[in-house]
Amino acid sequence: MNKVVNSIREAIKLAGLKDGMTISFHHHLRNGDYVLNMVMAEIADMGIKDLTVNASSLFDIHAPLLDHIKNKVVTKLLTDYMSAGIGHSISMGIMDTPVEFRSHGGRPADIELGRTPIDVAFIAAPTSDTMGNCTGKYGKSACGSLGYAFPDAMNAKKVVVITDNLVDYPLIDYSIPEIYIDYVVKVDEIGNPAGIVSGTTKITRDPVGLAMAQMAAKVIKSSGLLKDGFSFQTGAGGATLAAAKFLKEIMIKENIKGSYGLGGITGYMVDMLNEGCFEALLDVQCFDLKAVESIRTNPKHQEVSATHYAGPNAKSAAVDSLDVVLLGATEIDTDFNVNVNTDSNGYIMGGSGGHSDTAAGAKLAMIIAPLSRSRLPIVTDRVNCISTPGRTIDVLVTQKGVAVNPANKELKQRLVDAAIPVKDIHELKAIAESITGVPQKLKKGDKEVAKVIYRDGTLLDTIYNVPVM
Amino acid sequence: MRRSMLFLPGNNPNMIINGDVLGSDSVILDLEDAVSPAEKDAARILVRNTLKYLKFENCEIIVRINSIDTEYWKDDLDEIVPLKPDLIMPTKVSCADDIRTIDAYMSEIEKKHGMENNTVHLIPLIETAMGVENAFEIAKSTDRVVAMFLGGEDLTADLHCKRTKVGNEISYARSRMVSAARAAGIDVYDTPFTDVNDDEGIRVDCELAKSLGFTGKASISPRHVSVINEVFSPSHKDVDYAYEVFEAIKTAKELGKGAIALHGKMIDKPIVERARQVISMYEEIVRRNGGLD
Amino acid sequence: MNKIISSASAGTLESSDVYIEVEPSENNEVSVESVVLKQFGDSIVKTAESVLDELDIKNAKVHIIDKGALDCVIRARLETALRRAEKENK
Repeated sequence: MNKVVNSIREAIKLAGLKDGMTISFHHHLRNGDYVLNMVMAEIADMGIKDLTVNASSLFDIHAPLLDHIKNKVVTKLLTDYMSAGIGHSISMGIMDTPVEFRSHGGRPADIELGRTPIDVAFIAAPTSDTMGNCTGKYGKSACGSLGYAFPDAMNAKKVVVITDNLVDYPLIDYSIPEIYIDYVVKVDEIGNPAGIVSGTTKITRDPVGLAMAQMAAKVIKSSGLLKDGFSFQTGAGGATLAAAKFLKEIMIKENIKGSYGLGGITGYMVDMLNEGCFEALLDVQCFDLKAVESIRTNPKHQEVSATHYAGPNAKSAAVDSLDVVLLGATEIDTDFNVNVNTDSNGYIMGGSGGHSDTAAGAKLAMIIAPLSRSRLPIVTDRVNCISTPGRTIDVLVTQKGVAVNPANKELKQRLVDAAIPVKDIHELKAIAESITGVPQKLKKGDKEVAKVIYRDGTLLDTIYNVPVM
Repeated sequence: MRRSMLFLPGNNPNMIINGDVLGSDSVILDLEDAVSPAEKDAARILVRNTLKYLKFENCEIIVRINSIDTEYWKDDLDEIVPLKPDLIMPTKVSCADDIRTIDAYMSEIEKKHGMENNTVHLIPLIETAMGVENAFEIAKSTDRVVAMFLGGEDLTADLHCKRTKVGNEISYARSRMVSAARAAGIDVYDTPFTDVNDDEGIRVDCELAKSLGFTGKASISPRHVSVINEVFSPSHKDVDYAYEVFEAIKTAKELGKGAIALHGKMIDKPIVERARQVISMYEEIVRRNGGLD
Repeated sequence: MNKIISSASAGTLESSDVYIEVEPSENNEVSVESVVLKQFGDSIVKTAESVLDELDIKNAKVHIIDKGALDCVIRARLETALRRAEKENK
């Protein structure tokens, strides 16, 4: 049996790709990914049209996709996250069918439940053997975990592995086993290492971000959850990562032995593992070289699939045992609904990723955000887009005070007792507006450009086009 | 309560508007060295407007003005004093007359704007050899002076020596300043530690300053604020002792005793005064942060 | 009435700041570029007009490039630019 084929084109042909089918990609190569563009270029060249692309995330490097949309090669997009470069065009209304946003847990659930079946999955693999046992831990394009690729590999009708490091059979330390793989293609480069992972993830130097991070660590300390067995996830951006640093200091000082760190993993979480703050890291995606090195060498640093990470259909997922998650927001409203899909002008620039999954699972879901950004208050009456429902958010930490979801009375009392400056979220909104002024409301267009689908399959919100001024 | 004083450049809106969330007891909005000559006017108007339109919560405002040998200091005071900052920090103060000149001009401005005399206080920056030698006279010069602040960088230039991390070159100035300030009954603040990335160094430098008798310390980086606050806060032991002092006084009163002893030591007036300060500081820390770290 | 007699500028293009250019003109004229134009465009124009009123200036062409500055910052930068423009260019 020979699975190795000579070219992507040959694999597409053998997989039987036809007009109207669905193809899928994972985003572990992030903004360094060449594979989606290579595959799409071949498909366009072969004259195949009307495809649905289900990509776990889309980055600016995938801008050529916009041409395939204009040329009707691609007529529908499903994704969990879309960076601003792609999102801006989508917000201009270039597609006839609205994009469907899902969460990192909702996507695999819908794939597994047959709601969004995949005809051909293209799996970029930093290392694969000739039968398709593959991993992200080795090779010049190493990305660490391949967590988001598992549901695609396990459920697509045909699966093509594309690698730039083809090794002899068997690759022992594989992530995805050969049992799911139909074809293997060797190419020169699957990605640009500089865009795949950062050299090091640095915490913010912004003093306001650090002040919020310190407050967030204090909230965690006062929540009653910070004790032996503590589990934790944090975003990789700005103040959330800085909060992890302050949390680490508290855990070491008070000799607290946590159970696991979860999520997209950075070097900071690796440090916490190595310094005894956690027993294990459960890693669905690596953000920097230190995380890649750690998942390769440390048995306590374990790869998990997207389903295991956050799947709402799984019998249990790691988010379900999570104590605390630290998350960001572009906006939050007085009902604690959070927007991470659109920017202040209504353009798409993100997506839930694991935001709504972890918020739903964690005992304490915290948002860290400055009271205003570029003069725009963070707290609004109603967010432009609901990415995560307010009922799953417990706390908002800003630099001028902390708001607790009224549903969580016990937490509020704990924070008040710890002299944390607890304020009503309406008061935070008023404080922000007293500094910034009251912004005029955005005008929305009347064309639906995206739908945000919650992890339980219900429609959370609809995003409309941004009208040209 | 003023343990930490954080410098913020006076012409940088992004830094100033968030000045009250950085944990510092005071912020020093700087019109002097942080502002180039071409931007003095812009910084002055910006600082004046932020004081006029923004609220700074739990944070004292100090404005550092240009020295009286420049063309800027009067304009600085004209714009800033009517907005009633807590303190003005005059720079390169070398003798009591410098302060009297500034005091007289401030009184004029206060009168002109219908403000009570001495509304705005002074914390002179002592950063010349002459200033150090005249520290006591400066401290006693007018009622406006409520604290003094030692500037080690300019001082070492004046002393013809190199500023070092250990700071042997300013040890005389430090002690002299503390002595002068305490003799005059005012607070005294130590020079900033300038290596922003040396987390151990800032702690050592704070502890040294505290051991010499300084009330607190200035900082050029928000990163140093929490260490300064920590070192210059009373310890749990200090707080427990302060409460014990008042408990002992109460018990003695109930028993009708004149002399009061605690742990075999007589409680005299300075001990009571010190206990009072510790408790008032502790209560303020509890109000702001919930307790000592 | 006060008059501006030269062109001048104030402020920077850094985040939370605003860069403002003024030059003598027949009437007051205000134009705005802003990262928050949709939300605060009208408010910025009003602020500028109120500063011109307060300083009693009626002959300034004002161009504002805003990077999300607060109202009090816009006021400060415009006042600075106008004060500078009241003097001869050095």
